[in-house]
Amino acid sequence: MFVDWRGIGILVTTREFVDRAIGVAGEMLVTAGAFVLLFLGWHVWFNDLVQGAAQDKASASLSQQWQIATRGQIEFDRAIGSSDGAFVRPTPPVIPRVSDAEAFANLIIPRFGERYVRTIAETVDIATVLNNTATSVGHYPSSNLLGDIGNFAIAGHRTTYGAAFGWVDNLRVGDRIYVETEGGWYIYRFRNLEFVYPSEVAVLNPVPQSTVEAQERILTITTCHPKLSAAERFIAYSVFESFVPRENGTPIEVSAVVGRD
Amino acid sequence: MYSALWRVLPGPRWLKIIEAVGLGIVVLSVCAEWVFPWIAENFVQSESTVGQ
Repeated sequence: MFVDWRGIGILVTTREFVDRAIGVAGEMLVTAGAFVLLFLGWHVWFNDLVQGAAQDKASASLSQQWQIATRGQIEFDRAIGSSDGAFVRPTPPVIPRVSDAEAFANLIIPRFGERYVRTIAETVDIATVLNNTATSVGHYPSSNLLGDIGNFAIAGHRTTYGAAFGWVDNLRVGDRIYVETEGGWYIYRFRNLEFVYPSEVAVLNPVPQSTVEAQERILTITTCHPKLSAAERFIAYSVFESFVPRENGTPIEVSAVVGRD
Repeated sequence: MYSALWRVLPGPRWLKIIEAVGLGIVVLSVCAEWVFPWIAENFVQSESTVGQ
């Protein structure tokens, strides 16, 4: 028995026809498998690297722009947060709310690498802020303003899209976290972490997980946990220590970022 | 499927190899530029915020 193969006059036996059909089906399955693996490689590795490099470059150039504008180029390594009033101010300026998706600060965390810098923009919108090639950290509009008494809460990816907080589990108690603005550096120190379910919005309260009145300035980082999952959230709390106005000089820990080419 | 594609490609063997590699690059670029971002945006959960 013969079958007209693809209607173009090539006659094959039914057995051959079935063999070819199985062969084509097999090739399609292999192709589908390769497609899934390629997507995973792109999503977890390739796109992460491409986006991370773009964010890193954009953020570093923002830092340098601010630095050149104010000429605060003298480095100092005095103990930041000591009672050295000439260099630090206990009361920082409050940054007013900017428009949605607008970048207003840089985040510098030396524990993540001496050249680590990422840009913070307003709102935690995924498309316009968190998955962006220039910004990668978002400020919760419902949380307090930068510099204000209360909780300055930010979010960023743990994996993929540049993974702004990919190294968050490396933080050690007392690590300095710098939030840089045009006016200078807000210096926080890492205090503690906790793991919560995604619905626990009380971590954004002026005093996280509490309803008492705020008396200090907290920086709250939220990111996903475990890695590559959306099941829980990793929350890292830091406490405000001091503010260094840019014209007073550059903290030595951030000089690798603001002075880099 | 792939053997049919191989037959359709014009030219001698060395040219077919170049054409096949070129086609592969085109397919990969289209995936990386448009298809994968679309899948990531619509089908992959990558939430890092707390909320409802």
